[in-house]
Amino acid sequence: MLAHLPILQVIVPLMAAPLCLLITRPRLVWLFALIASGLAFLISSVLLQQVMTSGTIIYELGGWAPPWGIEYRIDQLNAFLLLIISAVSTVVLFAAHTSISQEIPTDRHTFFYILYLLCLAGMLGIVATGDAFNVFVFLEISSLSAYALIALGKDRRALWASYQYLIMGTIGATFILIGIGLMYQMTGTLNMDDLSRRLPEVAQTKTVFTAFAFVIVGICLKLAMFPLHLWLPNAYAYAPSIVTAFLAATATKVAVYLLIRFTFSVFGLSFSFTHLPLQILFLVLGLAGIFVASTAAIYQTNIKHLFAYSSIAQIGYMIVGFSVSTVAGLTATLLHLFNHALMKSALFLALGAVMYRIGTTQLNHFQGLGHQMPLTMAAIVIGGLSLIGVPLTVGFVSKWYLVLAVIENGWWPVAVLILLGSLLAVVYVWRIVEMAYFKPALAGTETIKEAPLSFLIPIWILIIANIYFGIDTRLSVQVAQAASQSLFGVSP
Amino acid sequence: MKDLLAVIMLLGIYGLLSASFFVVMDAVDVAFTEASVGAGISTLLMLVTISMTGRSEHPVRHKPLLALAVVIFTGGLLIYGTLDMPYFGLAEAPIHQHVAPRYINDSMQEIGVPNIVTSVLASYRAFDTFGEVVVIFTAGIGVLALLSVARRRDDATKIESLNMSMHEKHLILRIVTKILIPFILLFALYVQFHGDYGPGGGFQAGVIFAAAIFLYTMLFGMSTARRVINQSLTQLLAAIGVLLYGSVGVVSLLNGKNFLDYSVLATDPVAGQHLGILLIELGVGITVASIMIIIFFNFAARIEDQQNKEN
Amino acid sequence: MILGLYNYWIVVVLMMVGFYIVIAHGNLVKKIIGLTIFQTSVFIFYISMAKVDGGTAPILAEGIKQFSNPLPHVLILTAIVVGIATTALGLALAVRIKEAYGSVEEEEIQKKDNLDC
Repeated sequence: MLAHLPILQVIVPLMAAPLCLLITRPRLVWLFALIASGLAFLISSVLLQQVMTSGTIIYELGGWAPPWGIEYRIDQLNAFLLLIISAVSTVVLFAAHTSISQEIPTDRHTFFYILYLLCLAGMLGIVATGDAFNVFVFLEISSLSAYALIALGKDRRALWASYQYLIMGTIGATFILIGIGLMYQMTGTLNMDDLSRRLPEVAQTKTVFTAFAFVIVGICLKLAMFPLHLWLPNAYAYAPSIVTAFLAATATKVAVYLLIRFTFSVFGLSFSFTHLPLQILFLVLGLAGIFVASTAAIYQTNIKHLFAYSSIAQIGYMIVGFSVSTVAGLTATLLHLFNHALMKSALFLALGAVMYRIGTTQLNHFQGLGHQMPLTMAAIVIGGLSLIGVPLTVGFVSKWYLVLAVIENGWWPVAVLILLGSLLAVVYVWRIVEMAYFKPALAGTETIKEAPLSFLIPIWILIIANIYFGIDTRLSVQVAQAASQSLFGVSP
Repeated sequence: MKDLLAVIMLLGIYGLLSASFFVVMDAVDVAFTEASVGAGISTLLMLVTISMTGRSEHPVRHKPLLALAVVIFTGGLLIYGTLDMPYFGLAEAPIHQHVAPRYINDSMQEIGVPNIVTSVLASYRAFDTFGEVVVIFTAGIGVLALLSVARRRDDATKIESLNMSMHEKHLILRIVTKILIPFILLFALYVQFHGDYGPGGGFQAGVIFAAAIFLYTMLFGMSTARRVINQSLTQLLAAIGVLLYGSVGVVSLLNGKNFLDYSVLATDPVAGQHLGILLIELGVGITVASIMIIIFFNFAARIEDQQNKEN
Repeated sequence: MILGLYNYWIVVVLMMVGFYIVIAHGNLVKKIIGLTIFQTSVFIFYISMAKVDGGTAPILAEGIKQFSNPLPHVLILTAIVVGIATTALGLALAVRIKEAYGSVEEEEIQKKDNLDC
């Protein structure tokens, strides 16, 4: 069975989804989904261990050798992402039963779990595959299930947010399809490894240039990179809390993975950064994203919107790390992938707990909540500190590596800007802290209890992970560095 | 154009024209699928939607200059990209030299199926097709999650009396439909199993099967159709189709080979390929037919629900 | 060169028509129609790429030597299904939005949202 782990990673949640239709009681469906997600997590940990010790794993689907068949290619980068996605999925799913009992009508619960598992399987499939068209198919699986999941939100604005995300997401996917078609036309293959060998001879053609442009723009739409981020705030704010916690920690990370995979492994380092002024472009857009989004976050009245804008800013940090295009810069980006997933899943899960208890996430309703829901609010505070980048939290680790990478490259002004961005984060985190701890409770709110255990356990698992990985950085740094080095073709 | 009904009709024509274009381009399987799915199902769903959302479009008040600029830039970039492409129809183009020759030359020995598109779809790139079935399953579940209506018993009698009066008017349609439907269903089965030898296969068969059901539903009403097609059974079938496809792959795993490797399914690898392709195409057909029926029924149920609320 | 590439240029024009409808029009159903046109044009692009002069449909038969490339056909079969899946979901959303907001025009929906905030 060990040899078949790569495909089991995707097949387990993928086939668990239709199986849910055969189970009748919603509580059993939740348990079943939790087990499926947990298995996926176990598989991804074993895969990561295998890859770190013995190198890239190749799996030929259908027994056909690539490029005639589809292959799964697991290297350090993939394995890292598989771990992040499956881990977040399992922890978040733990609180799902309680959370959706208040946010989604009961007759829809089974569909929720099916869509959740499909989204998980879709994302795992995008990350694990080595075939460009297979990426497109699984991208659509995860996107379609995400649109449906977001639309399950209570507020009618969830429907509108989901529709906008559908339109923008489909345009992005169609751009990627056009790009794949153009690449195929010039090389005759769809396999990413084969493409990386055949593209250099046609790299100077206008067609390949256009293909590159379309693929990158399509991915950036999915990434919510400034200025293509317009769908994200509403989609995260109005979706059911569990959906936000899951998507915020995984969906954009997968898009960052695709960006890295296509620029480094398919098109190649020399092509990607010399043909288009990609370095400058991404640096500028990344920094713009950090500032515009952080500033927008400060003025939000709904905390979910606030953290959604904060996510756009964090993606900006990842893009800046990517634009440095050195081993150190890419390591920082990959570290931030890991750390941001931990931060945001914890924060949105905590918000889900607040939503469960008081039915809203408007800032003015947070008055005095620090005393009524101490554990939940403490989690939000620690998550906020992590966002700012306070030492001892994971947020500090990635910002540290990022600033080091930028300085190493001689870009001093950029380092200053990154630190300024952190200051903006202080402002919006302080707004929540002030409201929760330094203002008296609203009238009629004496009966608010602390969040139930089904929320507190996953939230605090993630928060403790935030602190643990902020102190003992061996796992994340080693894997990120190994992945970064292998992408640059540098032996460790 | 402000009348959406006219726009949808034109879209249907566009779909049919592209299907004929595909035939001219030797893409017969694709033409089949585009005609049934793109021109058929797509048009139908849109018509059902505008019956609920309104037939005409309100004029846009602001001038879409930014949109125009973006479109012109994108179009310009694409045309720039075409300048280095191999000329249309050239046999020496890169795509005809790499990967494709093996499919054309060796697929008869390796898989033994004349329709090369089926052998690539169902064997060489079977995992993509699995993903495709899952996509359609996802869309079905999404539509269920969004549009499903909890049905109450007393509605059924009200609607029945409404429907009965309608049917008296369409006598000719009813009789002709009753004669046609068995042939359509038979044709669907033919397409399903003949996909190895000619254009066809699971998707097209599933859509044609569903089309027969739609025809029946449109003429005889939802309540009668519901008595013929059980909703929970259809959902179960949709799941079973996907699971059938996946199980073929799991059987390969259990026999020690990679996922979806059909050579272990029978004593002779080529016979194994035949069996594998047959089973997965069946899974595809079952899921596609069920999901199409589910989607259509849910849209129609929503119309019913809205009409009930108004009464 | 024009003779060799003109069909690609026509396809690009078709794509842009669809793309324009998606981003410029406000009616939700019209947007989905635009998306469908955009996607169908991409299919036409792939299929015209696959054609070989003097070839026939890729079904093995006696006496035929030259075939058109089957791989893009396979890809487009998948893409058509993905397209209809997206369309179905988008239309379902449009129906729900109509019920919730009373309108499927982008401007009116945004106005109602602004009134709420």
